[in-house]
Amino acid sequence: MQVLFKTRYEDDIHFLAKTGEKIRVGLVVLLLIAAPLFLQNYYLAELGLMLVYAIAGIGLMILTGHTGQVSFGHAAFLAIGAYCHSILISHGVPFSVSVVLTVTLSGVIGMLLGRSASKMHGFYLAIATLAFLILVETFLGEWEAVTGGHAGFKVPALKLFGIPLKAMWQQYYLDLFFVFVVVLGAANLFRTPTGRSFLAVRDSELSARSLGVSVEWVKIQSFGVSAAITGLAGVLLAHHLSYLSPEVFGVLESLKLMLMIVVGGLGSILGAIFGAILISLLPIAISFLRDVLPPAVGQQAGLEPLLFGLIIVVFIVFEPQGIYGRWMKIRFFFETFPYYRKSSFVRQKSYLKTERMR
Amino acid sequence: MSAAATLSVRNLSIMFGGVHAVEDVSFDVNPGEIFAIIGPNGAGKSTIFNLISRLYEPSNGSIHYGEHDLLKLPAHKIVKTGIARTFQNIELFEQATVLQNLLVGRHSHSSGNPLTDFAFLPGVKRSELEHRRKVEDIIDLLEIAQYRDERISDLSYGARKNVELARALCAEPSLLLLDEPASGLNNEETDDVGFWLEDIKHDLGVTLVMVEHDMNLVGSIADRVMAINDGRLITIGTPEEVRENAEVQQAYLGVSP
Repeated sequence: MQVLFKTRYEDDIHFLAKTGEKIRVGLVVLLLIAAPLFLQNYYLAELGLMLVYAIAGIGLMILTGHTGQVSFGHAAFLAIGAYCHSILISHGVPFSVSVVLTVTLSGVIGMLLGRSASKMHGFYLAIATLAFLILVETFLGEWEAVTGGHAGFKVPALKLFGIPLKAMWQQYYLDLFFVFVVVLGAANLFRTPTGRSFLAVRDSELSARSLGVSVEWVKIQSFGVSAAITGLAGVLLAHHLSYLSPEVFGVLESLKLMLMIVVGGLGSILGAIFGAILISLLPIAISFLRDVLPPAVGQQAGLEPLLFGLIIVVFIVFEPQGIYGRWMKIRFFFETFPYYRKSSFVRQKSYLKTERMR
Repeated sequence: MSAAATLSVRNLSIMFGGVHAVEDVSFDVNPGEIFAIIGPNGAGKSTIFNLISRLYEPSNGSIHYGEHDLLKLPAHKIVKTGIARTFQNIELFEQATVLQNLLVGRHSHSSGNPLTDFAFLPGVKRSELEHRRKVEDIIDLLEIAQYRDERISDLSYGARKNVELARALCAEPSLLLLDEPASGLNNEETDDVGFWLEDIKHDLGVTLVMVEHDMNLVGSIADRVMAINDGRLITIGTPEEVRENAEVQQAYLGVSP
C-alpha cells in the first residue's frame, strides 16, 4: 500500500498524485495518440466514435452524476450540436467558428432549460427533460426548409482552416483533441468552487444554500456546461454520421447516454469514459448475439433496447457504483492485499438525492 | 471577517397550517455573547433558526443583523452578512471528502465562474491555495486533520458533528447558529465541544446562538438563555435565572413545583 506524503497544498490540487496513476494515464494517452499507427480505418472510426460518446457522457455526467439532476433529454443537445454545426458549415462558416457558435448556442439552450427545470426535482425533472427532447426532435423533423426534415441532412465534408480532412486518422485526432480539452476542463471544474458547488447541490441543497450557494444558479450553470459539452459531442458526431436525421437523436439515444453514465459509475469522469467503452462494445455483442440466439429471438428489432435495459438493471442490482466502482474495488484489493474484506466498500448511499429535503 | 453586530428579532411569527410554530418572539443577541435557546421538543427552536437563515418565510415580524434586513435577502445571501449555521440532523455533503466540504464552506468568499474554472486560470489556482490555507487553520483548531481526505459517509457521528462545525467556521462568520451542537455526543465529547465553543467566542470573536438540550453545557458556557414553549417566549435571562423560573420548570416537568 502506497502512503502519500504531502508537503504542499499543491499536492492536493494536482490530478495525479500517485506514481502508478501517472504511469497508467500516461500509457493510455500514448496508446490513444499512437492508435492510428496500428489500427485499421474501421477500428479507428469506432475508436473515434467512442471518444465522441465519452465527451457526451462527460457532459451528462456533470449534470446527473455530479449535480444530481436527471436528464432524459440529452440526445436533444447532441441533435442541436450536430444540426447547428452542419447547417452552419454548409453555409460556408469555417469549422472553428462554427464549433464556437454551436457550443455557445447549445450551452445557452441548456441554461434556458436549466432555468425552467431549476425548481423541479426527480420525477418531474425526468419528464420535463424528456418532453424537451421530444420537442427538439419534432422541431427538427418539421423545419424542413433548414434541417431537411425526416429526409435527412447531408453533413458537409470536414475541413479545418480550409484544409480538407479526408483521412480517418485526421478526424480521429480532431476527436482526440477535444476529448483532452473536455476531460481536462471537467477535471478542472471539480477542483474549483464551481464544481464543488455542483457537488454541494447534489448532496444537500439545504446546506448548500446556507453556505452561500445559489441553488437555482448552480442548476442553470450545470445545465449550461453539460449542454455545451454534449453539443460539442454532437458536432463531432455529425462528422462520424455524415447524414443526420431526427430519428437518430431519439429517446433511445438519450437512454444510451444514461446507460453510459449509470453503468460507468455516477459521479466520476472516469465512469463516463468506462461507459463510452461499454457502449462502443455493445454493437459487437449484439451482432454476436444475433448469430448465437435462435432466429426468432435474434432477429427481433428490439434486441438493442432490451440489452440496454438489461444491463442497467443488472448494474443497479449488483454494482450500483458501476464499472468505476468495481475498478476502485479491484484496485483497493491489490493495494491493500491481503486485507480486503467483502464489507470494505459497503455504503448504503445513492448519488441521486433529488427527492431529498429541499 | 465581517464585524460583529447585534442580531435583533422582533415579533417573529410563523404558521404551519393552523399551528403557530413561532408566535410573537422578540429577542436581541449582543455581539460576542453565547446565547442559548432552550425548550421542550417541538417548541419552535429549530424553526427560529430556519427563519433566521431564511429557509422559512415568516408570516410576521422582522429580523435584522446589524444594518442588514435579513427578510429582504434570499437564503443564499445570508452567509454574506456573516451568519453561518449548522443543522440538527447534520447536513454534510455525504459523497464528498471532508476537505471538499470545508472548501464549500469558503464559497461565500470565492467568486466562481465556470469558464475560468474550466480553464483553471492561474488566478483560480491562487485563490484555491488561499482558501486552502484558511481551511487548514480551521482543521487545526478543531483537530480534524486525521479525517481530511475521508469521505463523509465513512465518518462516525461525532466526527461529522465536528466537520459540520468546521464547515460553518470556514465561512468566517461573525455569528454562528448551532442547532444542538452536543446532541448524540458522550460526556467527554460534550466537554470538548464546550471548550471549542468558548475558544471560538474568545479567539475568533464569533457570537454564538445555540439550541441545546444539555443544560450542563448551557449552564457552563451560555451568557444568556432564552426559554420558549409552544412557539412562545417564556423568559430570557442568565442560566440560573432561567433554571429557577417557575414557567420553565412547568414546561419541562409538566407541574409547577
